[in-house]
Parts: sequence; structure tokens; C-alpha cells
Amino acid sequence: MDYSNFLIMNHEISLVVVMILVLLADLFISNKKRFQYLAIGLFAIHTYLSFRWNIGDAESFGGMYITSDIHCFVKNFLNIGTFLVFLFAFEWNKTKNLSHCGEFYFITLSTLFGMYLMISSGDFLLFYIGLETASIPMATLVAFNKKEQDSPEAAAKYVLTAAFSSGVMLFGISLIYGTCGSLYFFDVMENFTPSPLHIMATIFFMAGLGFKISLVPFHLWTADTYQGAPTPVTAFLSVISKGAAAFAMFCIIVKAFANYPEAWERFLWWIIVITITVGNLFAIRQKNLKRFLAFSSISQAGYIMLGVYAATPQGMAATVFYLFIYMFTNLAAFGVISSIENKTGKLMMNDYNGLYDTNPKLAFVMMLAMFSLGGIPVFAGFFSKFFIFASAMQLGEYVLVFIALLNTVISLFYYLLVVKAMFINKSETPIAKFKSDPMTRLGLIVCTLGILVLGLISPIYEYIQSISFGM
Amino acid sequence: MEALISSIQPFAPYVLLLPFLMFIFLGLTSFRISGKTAGIIGTAGFSIVAIICYYIAIQYFFNGGEVDGVYQPITLFNLEWLRISDTLVISIGFYLDPISAMMLIVISTVSLMVHIYSFGYMFEHGHYDEGMQRYYAVLSLFSFAMLGLVLGTNIFQTYIFWELVGVSSFLLIGYYYTKPAAVSACKKAFIVTRFADMFFLIGILILSYYTQTFDFNTLNADNAALVHEKMSDIMLCGLPLTSVAMFLIFLGGAGKSAMFPFHIWLPDAMEGPTPSSALIHAATMVVAGVYLVARLFPIYSFEAPNVLDTIAYIGAFTALFSAVIACAQTDIKRVLAFSTISQIAYMMVALGVARIGEGEASLGYTASMWHLFTHAMFKAMLFLCCGCIIHCVESNEMSKMGGLWKYMKLTCICFAIGCLAIAGIPPFSGFFSKGEILSACFENGYTAIYICMTFVAGLTAFYMFRLFYHIFFYEDPDYGQHKPHDQDWKMSLPLIVFAVYTCICGFFKFGDLVTADLSAIEIHTNWTVEGISLTVAAIGIAIATVFYYKKNNIPATIMSKCSGFCHAASRRFYIDEVWYYITRSIIFKIICNAIAWFDRHIIDGFMNLLGWITNEVSDDTKDVQDGNVQSYAWIFIMGVIIITALTLYL
Repeated sequence: MDYSNFLIMNHEISLVVVMILVLLADLFISNKKRFQYLAIGLFAIHTYLSFRWNIGDAESFGGMYITSDIHCFVKNFLNIGTFLVFLFAFEWNKTKNLSHCGEFYFITLSTLFGMYLMISSGDFLLFYIGLETASIPMATLVAFNKKEQDSPEAAAKYVLTAAFSSGVMLFGISLIYGTCGSLYFFDVMENFTPSPLHIMATIFFMAGLGFKISLVPFHLWTADTYQGAPTPVTAFLSVISKGAAAFAMFCIIVKAFANYPEAWERFLWWIIVITITVGNLFAIRQKNLKRFLAFSSISQAGYIMLGVYAATPQGMAATVFYLFIYMFTNLAAFGVISSIENKTGKLMMNDYNGLYDTNPKLAFVMMLAMFSLGGIPVFAGFFSKFFIFASAMQLGEYVLVFIALLNTVISLFYYLLVVKAMFINKSETPIAKFKSDPMTRLGLIVCTLGILVLGLISPIYEYIQSISFGM
Repeated sequence: MEALISSIQPFAPYVLLLPFLMFIFLGLTSFRISGKTAGIIGTAGFSIVAIICYYIAIQYFFNGGEVDGVYQPITLFNLEWLRISDTLVISIGFYLDPISAMMLIVISTVSLMVHIYSFGYMFEHGHYDEGMQRYYAVLSLFSFAMLGLVLGTNIFQTYIFWELVGVSSFLLIGYYYTKPAAVSACKKAFIVTRFADMFFLIGILILSYYTQTFDFNTLNADNAALVHEKMSDIMLCGLPLTSVAMFLIFLGGAGKSAMFPFHIWLPDAMEGPTPSSALIHAATMVVAGVYLVARLFPIYSFEAPNVLDTIAYIGAFTALFSAVIACAQTDIKRVLAFSTISQIAYMMVALGVARIGEGEASLGYTASMWHLFTHAMFKAMLFLCCGCIIHCVESNEMSKMGGLWKYMKLTCICFAIGCLAIAGIPPFSGFFSKGEILSACFENGYTAIYICMTFVAGLTAFYMFRLFYHIFFYEDPDYGQHKPHDQDWKMSLPLIVFAVYTCICGFFKFGDLVTADLSAIEIHTNWTVEGISLTVAAIGIAIATVFYYKKNNIPATIMSKCSGFCHAASRRFYIDEVWYYITRSIIFKIICNAIAWFDRHIIDGFMNLLGWITNEVSDDTKDVQDGNVQSYAWIFIMGVIIITALTLYL
């Protein structure tokens, strides 16, 4: 066996090294404050280094592990997102769980490792291992506030639903194995026939993935889990976990199911419509901001699936760009929420009344995030929506795009509700003026820049487009 | 050529970058720094830009821009921003050719002088104006936008910066936002120019739809061959499509350059601070329309010569019309505003009578650009002189002035130089440039226009000297305790700089530098034309001297003879009222009401319906999310089964 191929797994190897170092440091460094800086610093080094590796198209283990420029790009931006989550979690770790914050870093990195494998897999088996490596530690993360009631409940719901969906997915995979005789994507691609068994296998498999991306009707865990989980974990779930799963789904569709699109196109169409609509309908009624963002992220997942549905290189570029922008935008929102939660413990929408008067900067960042999520022009979210609609339009899916556009109008309503609360509503007891910690501020600055600038810098989209692949 | 590019390329990005950064900086820090600091930073920053602009322009003109007697257009950089199709690209770049190099000089000179001058102008009653940070921030924005406009490599870039220029003009006119007159003036300026820009945009879209490019180089190449190939045989309502598109583009230019009937915003724009009027509404922004026609001149000349004729006639009418109005105005800045309209119309006329071709055909193009240059300098000077006077007298009305010669010698001399230049008296610059415009009209066979423009030259001399005598001689009003006096160096230096320019730039060999086909032409002086125009100007000055040197009742007698006409002229021939009638009674009442009804009942109704449905459905379905994991799993598996069933059996 040629071990030099190992080196194309640079990202994974380096991440494992960081994980081990973090684990060891956690054992030996008793000053946990210093340990936090070390952990974030180590991960920053990993993030920086992974930008420098130029691996190109390669595969290893006989095609079980695949990588290319776009895989690396996605891993890199997952790194950035995780880094931002770490920044937002800093203060929470410091005040709530300083003694065991090492576990937080280690577990988060393990899930990230699982996502790397999901993205880079060339085989259903490795994909499944990656998925579970990402899922199981996630449950512990959700239960991290174990003394509080919500957090373990959320974790229980998550773990039960995850187990359930894994079962469904494994059933799908076993059907695929039974009909194709192999689990490698390229074998599946060659042997794919439009037989009912195969179609059923596809649906069962995608249902499992749909759980990760929280597509309707596999989304029901989302709201409870997002609400109960600690806020940084919710941010991680809503952005990193969802992004990795969506990209993995794209890759699998292109690599394994591309030969017979009729098998999945039709139901995906309906799932997209239902997901966007249901996410919106439920988001309107939410009073708790985390629950609100949970439904918003369900509806956003529907938009992401528009690009996946297109499955063209254009669609991949749009999907990856959307995820990239969505990461900055959603993290900005969660950053604001988590810093306010840390200071005051307030999470309801009407607690935010009059926020602009007391904390204008936070209110401003939140407003940018809401505008960008709603897709208002000039902000990055507009451009990502624009490209994703364009990729669907190219296939002639006018009805789908029209429904999505109508939903954008509805979504504006509830995004602006938050802005209205902050800027227009008056409150007797507004959130007191406070200064957020430097780490959160750094994270918010990065996110704000992302929202303001990324859409306007065309080379980024063009770069993504130049490395994208598709059907 | 290579040497030239490598010597100027490193500096090129800063021409746009520096003013923009200055705007961001001054805009963001406006609450933290004092007005004085903001002014110093703004001025210092722009001096660097001005130095770079001069360096680039001089290098280009005298050190290698010319290859085999032809000035080569150079694209110093071109950043792609949005790719619409393979050839249709919006980019932001730096396009250097004779006219943009000339504009670099004009913009950087006037803008720098205004930066310096404003320092003195904004200092009143012992303290700096409160909004000075804002003022300098917007000045930087304007300089950035104007430079971006003239340096555009493609028509879309020009359009983007065109709008930015409009915005900064809006902000400066409305600078004194507590004055209702300033507020309504800035709205008027913005709406009127924006209305004209709509035509411009439609023109751009037509042009780029057929030619599939925005790029000036591609559009103008080989005598507009691309436009000829793609558009020459398409007709629209019996008119050639090229002409329609080019006329629409000209309308955009007419809006910015205040051609009839879009001229109504410019006189009101005088509500802004005087230095910004000098910069925007005399020297730079208002000539953007002229610049636009010059930029696309090959297309106009080869593919739409009939549009050029129209431009010439519109220009001639505007020149005459606004010169007549200028004779009857009493606000000194408005007199200058109408004279600006009239002089820009001269430039338009010159472009209108020019063609690319042999002999004297392209003389008008050079003359137009030359007049643009000289006019920018002397008109900016006249405005700055007005600024000095207004600063002392604290009024714009002629009746509050008079006899200022005794108190303000320097201002008076500069003002006199400006008046002589605009009246076309040698050896000041206006004589040469205006003379060439008249020669161009005469020699290309536009006799009617020639006669009209010569008459306007006489009127110009008359109203300018009417203004001059009214301010500096005539009759002393009561100045009270504060005697007027010349201003300090910050306000005097710009006057002197412009005076020097006005005295010498008639002797530049402009025909060698800026021409329609980029190769040098020989400029002859047509002594018949010059002699006639000189005589007419002298008559104008003489009449003004008789009427206004000392207070007498000759003007009053004459005015009572034709009071109707004079009254109409002082009310600007009621064009504003016509516009008001059109907007209020026709557009607002008939069209807007109908649209508003449609919007309120159909569009809003649809949206309300959507909202109602959403609300109801959301209310009915919320029980699905009941918090039981069992029911979640139930829905999950039912979902899978239903999807499978539907996919297999439908």
C-alpha cells in the first residue's frame, strides 16, 4: 500500500493533532483561562495552515477518501466558522464551565472531524462513519449545560431522533448495497437503475441526511434542540453541522445518484417547497430568539437545497457561496444573542425592545444579520440568494423560484420583527448598557465585515465557481 | 509607451482610492474630530491626489502618450466587478486619453483650490461652521465620484459614478439643511437630474443590449464599427435605433449639464455653500454632460450625426435663452448660474457642429474641450470672488452691494479678469476658446447658429459687466460698522491661481493635445469671426457701462418700455411653473393617483391576503410541534413512507 497518499488527508491529520494537543493540555494546564487561549490559538494555527495546503484533486484508500479544491474550500470555511464559534463561546466557558471547558473544545473538534470525513467520503461506509462521528459528540455538546433542565432534554431528543434517522439511513444504505453490490460512489453510479427498490433506497438514505440538514418533515427535533442547547452549540449546529451535511449531500447526489435524476428530483422539489414554507410559517409565531432562529434556519436550509437541487457546477458554486455567507450571517446573530444571554440571561424577543438605545452597536450587528438573512440588497445575503435563484432558474424551475421568492417576502416579515423590536419598540426595562468581552467583539467584527463585504467582492464567487463541479 | 505606463501605473489607483478613503475616514470620525482638523486632513489628502493627477496628465501629454502623432488611449487598470455575459462586463478602471487627462487637471485644480478656499469661507464670526466635517467628507466623496466618472473605462462605470456625483451634489446643495430654500433646492436638483438619468440608463441599456459591451474602447474603435455592424439597420418607430439610443444618452447629459428644458435645477442649486457651487455647479459636474458626448463622440459622429445637429440646436437655444434671463436676475450667484448654463451650451453647440473628419470638421470638438477647460478656471474664479463678496456683505442681492472697488481691490481685479475672459476679450483665455467655437459654427456652415451665438456673446458681455459694475461701482449702500475688506490668504490664493490660469491658458496649443481623432490639428484664427465677436462684445460692455457704471435712470426707462418681457425674463420665462404644472396636475393627479390606487388595493391586497393565509395556516399547524419525541419519529417515518409511495406510484 502506498502510504504517501495519506498526506492528502492533511486537514484531518492536522485536526487530529490539534485534538490530541488540546486533550493533553487540558490534563496538564491547571490555569483554565490560559488553556482557553491555547486551545483557540492551536485551532487558529490549524485554520491558518489549512489555507496554505494546496492539495488539488486526489483520492486515497482506493477511492474511499476524495478531496479536491472545493472540498478544501468547504473545510476551510468550516474551520473559520468553528473558530468564530470558539470566540463566541469564550465568555460562556469562562463564566459557566471553566473547570471542564477542555471537553467543550475536544468534543467540538471531534464533531468537526466527523464532518471532514462526511465531506470527503467516496464511499457510503466512510460517509456513515463520518456522520456518526459528527452526531454522537454533538449530543454531548447539546447536553453541555447538564445542570439545567432544558439542555439534557434537548440532548435526549436529539440523540433519539438521530438514532432513529441513522436507522432509516442505514436501511437505505443496505438496500443500495444489496442492489449495487458495492458501496463506492462510482460503483453505485454505474449500477444505478430506476428500479423501485433503488428509488426507495435513495429516499431512505436522503431522509437520514435530511435529518442533519433539518429538512421538513425530518426537522421536528430542530426547534427543541436549538432552544435547549447552549447558545454557542446552537450556533455550531445551525451553521457548521448543517453546512457540512448540505455539501455532503450535494457531493453524493453528483457522485452517486447523478445518472438517474428522476429518482430524487421530484420529491426533492416538494421537500424544498415544504421546507421553506413550513420553516417560515413556524418562525412567525416564535417568541424565543433561539427557537426563532431554529425555524429560520429550517427555511434557510430549503434555500440551500435549491442549489443542491440544481446539481450543476453553477448550483454547487451557489450552494457553497450561500453556505459561506449564511455562516457569517447566522453566526453574527448568534454572537449577539450569546453575548446578551451571558450578561443578562434574556432570550425572548420582547426583551430586545429598545436595545438600540442602550447597546447601539449590538443592535446594529443584529440588524445587519437580519437584513442579510432576509436577503436585502447590498448585504451579502442578497447576493447569495441571487446566485442560488439563478442556478435554479437555469434549469427552468420558474415555479420553484417563484415559491421561494414569495417565501422571501414572508421571511422578511419576521426578520424585521426583530429589527422593529430593537429599534422602534420602547421598553420600561431595556437590557442595560454593557460592554461585551473582547473575543465576542472580535468575532462580531469579523462577521460584520463578512456581511458587508463578501457579497461585493466578486473574485470570491468566481473562485468558487472555478473549482466547482456538478452534473 | 511602455515607459510611460510603467511610470504612472503605480500611482493610478490612488487617484480614486485616496479621496474615497478620505470620505470614509472623515465621514466616520466626524463626531470625534474638530472641523479644523477635518479640513486639514481633507485638504492635505487631496493635495496628494492633485499632485498625482498633474503628474499623470503631464506625463501623458508631454512624455510618451503620443505615438506617431496620435495620442494612444491607455487603460491603466480595469478591475472586473460583475460579469453579465462573456463580453458584457461591469468593471471599475482607469482610462487615460487626452480628454480624461485634461479633466484630471481641471478637477484636481478646482477641487484643491476649493478645499483651501473653504477653510476661509467656513470660518465666520470667529468659529468654524458646525458641519465642516460633513462638508469636507462630502467634498472628498464628490472628488472621488467625479474622478471616477471621467476615468471610466466603460459606460456603466461612468453611469455609477454619474449617480454618485448626483448624490454628492444633492448633499452639498442641501448643506444648510435648516434653510427651507436649500432643502427644496437639493430635492429639485436631485429629482430633475435623476429624471434625466433615467433616459441615460435606457440609452445605455439599448446600446449595450445590441453591442454586448459597455467598454468605451470597444464601442469607439474603428470609427464605431461595432455599433454600425450591430445597430445601423434597426429602426424604432421610423427612427434609426442608434440615434434614439444616443439621443437618450444625451438627455442624461442634458440633465447634468442643465440644457433646456432640464436647466431649472441649476439656479436653485446656488443655495449650497459658494465654494461647492464653484466646484460642482460651475467647473466640474455640470460639464459632465459635455464630457459624456465627447467620450462617445465617434459614435455620435459616424452613427448619429442627426443627433449632433439636434444637440447643436438645443445648445444654441439654451445659450440664448439663459443669457436673456441672466440679464434680468438680481441675485449675483444666479446671474453666474445662468451664465454657466449659457457657457455650457456653447460647449454643446461646439460638439454639435463638429464631426470627425478632414479639415475644419473636427475643430468644434477641440474648441468645446478648450472652452470647458478655460471656462472651468474663470467661472470657478468668478464664483470664488462672489464667495468673498457674500462673506463680507452677507447677502446675495445686488441691491446690497456697490462701490466695493474701494474696499476689495484684489477681488475686484480678479472679478474683472473673469468678466473680460467670459466676454471674450483678448488676451484672456475665453477669447481664444470662444472664438474657436464661433469659427467652428461659421466654417461648418451652421450660419443661423453662428449668428445666434455671436449675439449671445454680446449678451454675455452685457450681463457680466452689469454684474461687475453693480457690485464694484454703481452706488454705495450702507455697510454699517463692518466695512468689507479683502480676505486672508486662504481665500485669496485660489483667486490668484485661477487668475493666472485665465491669463495664460489661452496660449496653450490646445489643438496639439485634445482632438477628436487624437492626432494634432492646426488651429487657424479666423479674423473675420474674431473681429465681429470682439465688436459685439465691446458693444455689450459699452452698453453696460452706460447703464450701470453710475446710478442713473436709463435702465429703468428702458425696462418700463418693455416691462412684460423684462418681468418674464426675471421670472425665468415661467419654465419652472410649466414643470410644476406638468408634475402636479398631470403626473401627480392623473397618473400617480391611478398607480396609487392599484398599489393600495391590488398589490397591498395581494400581500395582505398572503399574510392572512400565512397567519391562518401557521396557527392551524402549530400543534404538530408538540414536543413529544414519539410523535416526531412518527412524522419522520410517515414522511419517508409517503414520499416513497408518492414517488413510486405517481
